[in-house]
Amino acid sequence: MNIQFRENQEAASPLAVKTAIADCDIHPARATRTELYPYLAKRWQHHLEVYGVHAYQGMMEGPPYPKAQPNASRRDAYPPEGGPQGSSLSFMQKQLLDPNNVQLGVLNPLGTGQGIRNHELSAALCSAINDWQIDKWTSRDKRLKASIVVGNEDGLSAAAEIRERAGDRNFVQVLLLSRNVEPLGQRRYWPIYQAAEEAGLPVGVHAFGFGGNPITPSGWPSYYIEEMVGHSQCQQSALASLVLEGVFERFPKLKMVMIEAGFGWAPSLAWRLDKVWRRLRSEVPHVKRPPSEYIREQVWWTTQPMEDPERREDLFDVINWIGWDRLLFATDYPHWDYDEPSRVLPAGVSEANREAFYLGNARKLYGIAA
Amino acid sequence: MASLIAGGVDCDVHPAVPHLTSLLPYLNDYWRDQVTTRGMVDLVSQSYPQNSPITARPDWRPETGKPGESLADMQRHVLDPFQFGYAICNPLYGVQMVFSEDMQAAFCRALNEWLAKEWLDRDARLRGSIVIPTQSVEKAVAEIERCAQDKRFVQVLMLVMGDTPLGKRALWPIYEAAERLELPIGIHAGSAYHNPPTAVGWGSYHIEDYVGQAQAFQTQLTSLIVEGVFAKYPGLKMVMLESGVSWISPYLWRLHKFWRGVRMETPWVDRAPLDIVRSNIRFSLQPFDAPPDEATLNRLFDHMQSDELVLFSTDYPHWQFDGQDALPDGLSPDLVRKIMIDNPHATYPRLK
Repeated sequence: MNIQFRENQEAASPLAVKTAIADCDIHPARATRTELYPYLAKRWQHHLEVYGVHAYQGMMEGPPYPKAQPNASRRDAYPPEGGPQGSSLSFMQKQLLDPNNVQLGVLNPLGTGQGIRNHELSAALCSAINDWQIDKWTSRDKRLKASIVVGNEDGLSAAAEIRERAGDRNFVQVLLLSRNVEPLGQRRYWPIYQAAEEAGLPVGVHAFGFGGNPITPSGWPSYYIEEMVGHSQCQQSALASLVLEGVFERFPKLKMVMIEAGFGWAPSLAWRLDKVWRRLRSEVPHVKRPPSEYIREQVWWTTQPMEDPERREDLFDVINWIGWDRLLFATDYPHWDYDEPSRVLPAGVSEANREAFYLGNARKLYGIAA
Repeated sequence: MASLIAGGVDCDVHPAVPHLTSLLPYLNDYWRDQVTTRGMVDLVSQSYPQNSPITARPDWRPETGKPGESLADMQRHVLDPFQFGYAICNPLYGVQMVFSEDMQAAFCRALNEWLAKEWLDRDARLRGSIVIPTQSVEKAVAEIERCAQDKRFVQVLMLVMGDTPLGKRALWPIYEAAERLELPIGIHAGSAYHNPPTAVGWGSYHIEDYVGQAQAFQTQLTSLIVEGVFAKYPGLKMVMLESGVSWISPYLWRLHKFWRGVRMETPWVDRAPLDIVRSNIRFSLQPFDAPPDEATLNRLFDHMQSDELVLFSTDYPHWQFDGQDALPDGLSPDLVRKIMIDNPHATYPRLK
């Protein structure tokens, strides 16, 4: 976590001395409200002006749980030329990519066409944001790679968007959010997994989204912190659904990335799934192997926000249980709960594990050669 | 394996109501008439289908009737062989699913009277939890105060998935009464099914609901802590029952990190979440949800940095372990003593 209030932060230490890293969760923003219009049909521009977007929650704009900071972003991340944090490539280069020697940056645009009740509009916005990622970001900086954002509630049109982008090396994954109308293992989402598997693209599941369900199993909580902490519970339920609906069994080459929901919960969830599956497997005969095996083989986690034990080395137990080959370093730039690359890992990690954690795992998963 | 200690406390056993009609003697004329005239059916929750393997251990399953409905069976299966000093009865009858506060209050009162009469009166080792009609906080408090006069009721029982998050201020009179009357709040796995059983919607399977209990406990702990329940009622203890335990530390590491980041949002949270849990929250042992190896177990308990968090339970008649193996391998004799005796007595002041 890195909250900085300095007004004129200069790029930090010389980049030559920094070890190369991947940043697997960067959030590019639009500089203006209408920045996507060139990629949208006139009909949808008109629709947005007149009706706006109707999400599966009540606010016309902004989040129902007010963030802790404007745009949930660092106060030092406003670009000098104006616009919200994360909306300027040159400033992102100067503040994030260059000083941290980011060799691979994976873009996960939020606030796009996902979680919108009008599924046609959802598809149009997602396609627009994908074009925009190429034009504004990946074509201008080869370190950056895009995620195919898809209209999550309409599996068929989402699959069509994936097929249209398949083979385009600007894109390295498909992006979903954790909170949808139904748990992510449900059949309505299977066309997405099928298309992603065919395209050889991992599916990233980023925290957030709205699907119309209360965000705890006991109703709506009061505070932003509950939503934030709760992303890990949403992610656990989404992953349990994927396992128990047999998604990993049905799509054995599918790879899933759990993004920005922590990873400390993973061993406990896998143990619990295994224990209960041994008792109740007759209910789910399509889950043929212990759930932990699917998770071990087909799931990755981005690191930010890293769990923060009082004794930091306790985290090594958890990472050892998950596997050092399954974690992908991420900063979450420009969001306020940014993890600073040089500070996340305590001493005592082998060189090989450190390299895998910061860069090697991401390169391998996303197919980016050194 | 670790040896059980005689005289221990089983903090989670489940006597079963044979049928809604079993409560008729404890209902007034109006509600007796309602139940019979309207043809009301037995209140069995989806959380524990009667024939599901998890609902009863095979050797604890009766030939007829519901698992857990016979005191003689409970004595023969756990109370006698485990040589318990006390066992705390947590009835899981589906009264929480009822929407009418009047009906729910009538059923809860009947359930509590049934428990006192048909269980607590018949075995001196048994203690009870007060099931409350949460559709009305006023009626819930009244039921707590009524039952609390009987010192054999040692706890108030709520489900982990209800109508609202448990920290919500509207529920606080319940916590005020519980603290005042030296009753911990037991929060048990299960849902009123008034909300989807996961935060991402309705899953397809019973197994999914059961796995999801752990996530429900996590969100409730967050709610209870950040709403300030323990700042307002520092003497209140809460016990997470059938919650699982292996998630506790990583969950707290995350909560603690966000609390440090955005504590300005909830300035009344005057202690770190880790400290609040260590002083006010306890967890029942079963289902013990870690792999059966001592090294992992020792790391998990070490991560907790406290030997006071866990309370012994069998979760009878649910199928969480076989034979007498209620204690996972690798616990030191000192820790077993804490879990079976010291921690329960420190948590439940009415166990005397």
